[in-house]
Amino acid sequence: MAAVQDAPVEADNEKEIKTETLNDAAGNHASAAGGVIPSPPVASTSSSGPAKAGGPGSEEQQTLMAVLQFLKKNNFVGAVDVLRREAGILEDSDESQGQELAASALGGAEAGDATCTLSRASSCTTSTPAVAAAPAKGARCAVVCVSAGGEDQPDVNVVLSAYSQQGDPALYQGYYSGLKKFVESVLDCHRAELSQLFYPLFVHMYLELVYNNHETEAKAFFEKFSGDQECYYQDDLRVLSGLTKKEHMKGNETLLDFRTSKFVLRISRDSYQLLKRHLQERQNNQIWNIIQEHLYIDIFDGMPRSKSQIDSMSGSLAGEAKREANKAKVFYGLLKEPEIDVPLDDEDEEGENEEGKPKKKKPKKDSMGSKSKKQDPNAPQQNRIPLPELKDSDKLDKIMYMKEATKRIRLGPESLPSICFYTFLNAYQGLTAVDFTDDSSLIAGGFADSTVRVWSVTPKKLRSVKSAADLNLIDKESDDVLERIMDEKSASESKILYGHSGPVYGVSFSPDRNYLLSCSEDGTVRLWSLQTFTCLVGYKGHNYPVWDTQFSPYGYYFISGGHDRVARLWATDHYQPLRMFAGHLADITCTQFHPNSNYVATGSADRTVRLWDILNGNCVRIFTGHKGPIHSLAFSPNGKYLASGATDGRVLLWDIGHGLMIGELKGHTDTVYSLKFSRDGEILASGSMDNTVRLWDSIKAFDDIETDDFTAATGHIHLPENSQELLLGTYMTKSTPVIHLHFTRRNLLLAAGAYNP
Amino acid sequence: MADERRPKQCSLVLPTESMKVMAESVGVGQLQEECCVALSEEVSYRIKEIAQDALKFMHHGKRRKLTTNDIDHALKLKNVEPLYGFQSQEFIPFRFASGGGRELHFYEEKEVDLSDIINTPLPRVPLDVSLKVSKEQQKVESTEPLKAVKPGQEEEGPVQGKGQGVTSAESKGKEKSISRLKPRSTHELSVEQQLYYKEITEACVGSCEAKRAEALQSIATDPGLYQMLPRFSTFISEGVRVNVVQNNLALLIYLMRMVKALMDNPTLYLEKYLHELIPAVVTCIVSKQLCLRPDMDNHWALRDFAARLMAQICKTFSTTNNNIQSRITKTFTKSLLDDKTQWTTRYGSIAGLAELGPDVIKTLILPRLSIEGARIKAVVEGPVISNIDKIGADHVQSLLLKHCASVIAKTRPLPDNVDQYRADYGYLGSMLCSHVVKARAQAALQAQQVNRTTLTITQPRPTLTLSQGVSTGSGPRTPNIIKVPSSLTLPVQTLVSTRPVTPAQPSPPATKYIVMSTSTAAATSPQVISLTSSRSSSPITSTAPSSTSTLQPLVKVEHTGQSVTTPGAGGSRTLQKYIVVSLPSAVSSEVKASSLSSPSTAVDSTVKADRTELPGASTHSSH
Repeated sequence: MAAVQDAPVEADNEKEIKTETLNDAAGNHASAAGGVIPSPPVASTSSSGPAKAGGPGSEEQQTLMAVLQFLKKNNFVGAVDVLRREAGILEDSDESQGQELAASALGGAEAGDATCTLSRASSCTTSTPAVAAAPAKGARCAVVCVSAGGEDQPDVNVVLSAYSQQGDPALYQGYYSGLKKFVESVLDCHRAELSQLFYPLFVHMYLELVYNNHETEAKAFFEKFSGDQECYYQDDLRVLSGLTKKEHMKGNETLLDFRTSKFVLRISRDSYQLLKRHLQERQNNQIWNIIQEHLYIDIFDGMPRSKSQIDSMSGSLAGEAKREANKAKVFYGLLKEPEIDVPLDDEDEEGENEEGKPKKKKPKKDSMGSKSKKQDPNAPQQNRIPLPELKDSDKLDKIMYMKEATKRIRLGPESLPSICFYTFLNAYQGLTAVDFTDDSSLIAGGFADSTVRVWSVTPKKLRSVKSAADLNLIDKESDDVLERIMDEKSASESKILYGHSGPVYGVSFSPDRNYLLSCSEDGTVRLWSLQTFTCLVGYKGHNYPVWDTQFSPYGYYFISGGHDRVARLWATDHYQPLRMFAGHLADITCTQFHPNSNYVATGSADRTVRLWDILNGNCVRIFTGHKGPIHSLAFSPNGKYLASGATDGRVLLWDIGHGLMIGELKGHTDTVYSLKFSRDGEILASGSMDNTVRLWDSIKAFDDIETDDFTAATGHIHLPENSQELLLGTYMTKSTPVIHLHFTRRNLLLAAGAYNP
Repeated sequence: MADERRPKQCSLVLPTESMKVMAESVGVGQLQEECCVALSEEVSYRIKEIAQDALKFMHHGKRRKLTTNDIDHALKLKNVEPLYGFQSQEFIPFRFASGGGRELHFYEEKEVDLSDIINTPLPRVPLDVSLKVSKEQQKVESTEPLKAVKPGQEEEGPVQGKGQGVTSAESKGKEKSISRLKPRSTHELSVEQQLYYKEITEACVGSCEAKRAEALQSIATDPGLYQMLPRFSTFISEGVRVNVVQNNLALLIYLMRMVKALMDNPTLYLEKYLHELIPAVVTCIVSKQLCLRPDMDNHWALRDFAARLMAQICKTFSTTNNNIQSRITKTFTKSLLDDKTQWTTRYGSIAGLAELGPDVIKTLILPRLSIEGARIKAVVEGPVISNIDKIGADHVQSLLLKHCASVIAKTRPLPDNVDQYRADYGYLGSMLCSHVVKARAQAALQAQQVNRTTLTITQPRPTLTLSQGVSTGSGPRTPNIIKVPSSLTLPVQTLVSTRPVTPAQPSPPATKYIVMSTSTAAATSPQVISLTSSRSSSPITSTAPSSTSTLQPLVKVEHTGQSVTTPGAGGSRTLQKYIVVSLPSAVSSEVKASSLSSPSTAVDSTVKADRTELPGASTHSSH
């Protein structure tokens, strides 16, 4: 691939970007990476050069920067070093900030692969107008994206040149083992915390060695110490192990993620002081430099954390979330249900409905406790996000919903739901995605052969509307006009939708059952009409495979996310996205709307879950703790909690309001592909590649935490090891991976998967 | 620091020789060693990168196996043209060859003749994707519309009923969690059901008559026996098989009584188990020997009883599809026609045929009368061969006389001439003649008696007037209609304890009576009594009304303080009122109410009193 050392770029241009990014650094960075101003704690505690360099850019420094750029461009490496030393600038500390910003905003688009970046940059440009309409921060972010994306190539070199420090390669092993000895010698309480340093240090030292062409030393270093790393970093280590040449570094996205985003560690003040003293005593500048440049150490006051506490939170590609990242207020309450005063046609129905309403609300109140009849204090304003108005058919559906809700079965540890499994037979085309309508009348399946199939599981067959010519003949005044427009000849139990040109990875029904969304490897999201069974719109924006798409619970909006690391929010009547959520460091693998439609959650291959505010495009929560790519998300019906499942077979529970992990459900032995809360939230069902459906006691899981006096201030929780107590049932299928779960309105659990002989 | 020592990260590189081979294959002859090294490292790195991307596609395809398509998609991500021609689904093994100092791994690719491919017939079209539903039922209470998806599983449904306590449900849940999808055929009984089964079977074949009566009562009335039915059926068929060999008459009788009780239970549908029950019953009818001392024991009664059961089975279950009745008739006729059949078997087959009704007697037995008469004559008047034969002949004779006389009396025109009879029926003619005359006389007498009894029966029935009084009295009030849940049928066994075991007559249609008692003193829970005076093809239960009638059992509660004037028993303060609603499908529901001035606690006595009226009620309804 492209092995360009230096691209001819005018220094002026470069400088311009720099100033802009510097001026904007704080705000933009916050918007892009999660609302945190980078590194003040580090700066304040470390007294030497970096502090000055990290400060807001003065005129002088900018000039210096420009000179540095110029020198570097012309390969005056010695001069660069001398100048830097004399000026006391750790050049990349501020450069990296700028780069980091651009990088994270673009989702690591600076990949050396020219074609790749170009296409991504262009995708950004095309979408800019749409985003510009959006409130300030998102727009600014996008603008920066474009300018940075245009000047991509040199930046990559700059980023990588951070590794060009000259140290004796033979000493690296000594440095590392010296630190190891030191950590092993400290008190037990500090050892666990300081052990966190090993992995990022290991990676950065290895990359430095590789960058400086010390191939054999790098290999030796890797072989000696890779075994020490925590097992959950294995996937990343595998990528690293393949990387043995400087040339490889340019095209590797994982590496760039590592370089462009600071690895975040949380360490107690005591431990940090201990480390600092040690490094100063030993004059171990190599390690100290790496810590200063590539790590973000989030220092907190109080007790050092235990090993289990650290393990539960670590595992993501870029370390833990900064504490500030999860401080923003989230309105997790539910919206008020609209009053429905539809005149009902017969008394019987009305009577049922009258008694139905209070019944439906009652159990909710009982189980959730916090619901009041008036506006929930945690709920967003009703019109915070404009929602589509209810049509008459929607109101009828709501009434149906309430009726069904009265017949709902209260679940609990003593009354588990019945499970009905829909097995797809003969699915040699590879079933890749399934969705049920809310009223459980239709099933949609996405297949690897690019088709989408829709089944009716009720006796009511699927009929399409008559052709336009036939529709002209219909008496439009007749009462049963809705019945007459349907083509009886087209009635069948299933319909096939053709249109995609690659495997369909996600399907989602609209709440009113009129539309179906599907997303595919071909980079498009398609909207299908379930009246005519044709494709209405192809939403183009993602240039890479789209892994998941999801309709808002109120319809109209939908979210999509894919390989390009950007989640996009769309409205069905706009062909361009309304919002773009950038920040993930790897593919977005799954998406989910909050029940109040004001937030979306995205799970990613960077092993984090992020919660985004639709109103302003901000990332309001970052949840770390998974040890593998996240493949399923589910909000509890009251909107307070989030569950996520990953390839590591674990399900994690999160408190959205406090931004905390509150539970860990171990039991599955393979990827958890589907999660669903029961309608009242008492049961969490999880389906997995290991051919099982498991039921968990979610009430107990949430209660156990709330009774515990967790330290909300620091966010350090002790997770109880109670997976086995919470597991209510395990249900094996016959070699059928469970890829979707759905609770009917009466709390019958439906599951679906393809028989895989 | 690591939790476990992992195998070393693989840092394999392709051998430089591969590079050379590949270079040669594209026409580059002399590749320098350094080039090869550089190339191989680069290629290895790229291959790893692509493989790692392909894994992503595998995960999103929800598979465990990496396919060639995944690689293609990964290449597409890198803007590389995918490799074509690797679509094979099957595993293609590498072949290995060595020679000339080089080792090679390669695919074996055969040359394909295009015309062969074109000329081969098209393979079968693969089956289309289809949906299959399987269920994991947790509890019966969780009824859902989707429950009707698989109606074939009858055994799963009616788990409710007795013996299905909370503990058993829980234990069942735990069993399920170990092995989830159980095969359809096994139906494990809960601990309570096992105990119940053991108790019942022991009581049925035990020595205590009182216990047996109770057990049979339970079998005949308990609504929750469905799950145990296969076991009962096996128990009976095995029991008959063993005890016929051992000539254990008593046990055979007990087992037949169990069959009878099972048939009496309106909630059980025996059709699925007839293949076990019919052979057992037929054995008890026609077996050569049923007891140890054929001359002493009354095995004839067992044959009669079993024959009656058989007739009942035929009546209930025979359809044009299974042809039970005609098959059974054929079997009996065959043994009847055979000259060598023993007297016992002969008796059995005649009894079996006779019970099937006058038509059968007319067509199958009457023509045989003279032959049978000759046979009997040979035994009775001939030289005495054995006592047993004589007894057998006697019984056959009386049986024939009994059944044939009534039929002849009805069909034959009046002048009963002995000579004529003898000419027609041979040896038995004279005796038949006298029997027929007797039968005719009795019929005339009975007709008179019936008239007289109806008069007497109407007399203790203040019911008619009362029911009218009730209906008029309850006119302005809204009748209190109570849907009776199935759980209330529990007190049935205790209440009805001495019902008649075998009604001799062809029985009236099944009826169900629900009795509500309300006493002023104590708040008694409503009691439901289900009395099935005969077998019924369509079980009418309070939960599942039969297909024809959608009648829900209605129970009207009348408080004693009402102003209904009750003739006869008026004035008593502890007045109890029983309203009996019968639910035959055809007959319009008849409301009977009897007011009895009895102590409020004496529920049993009132029930008995009620039942004494039952025959009257049934005769009334059949008029």
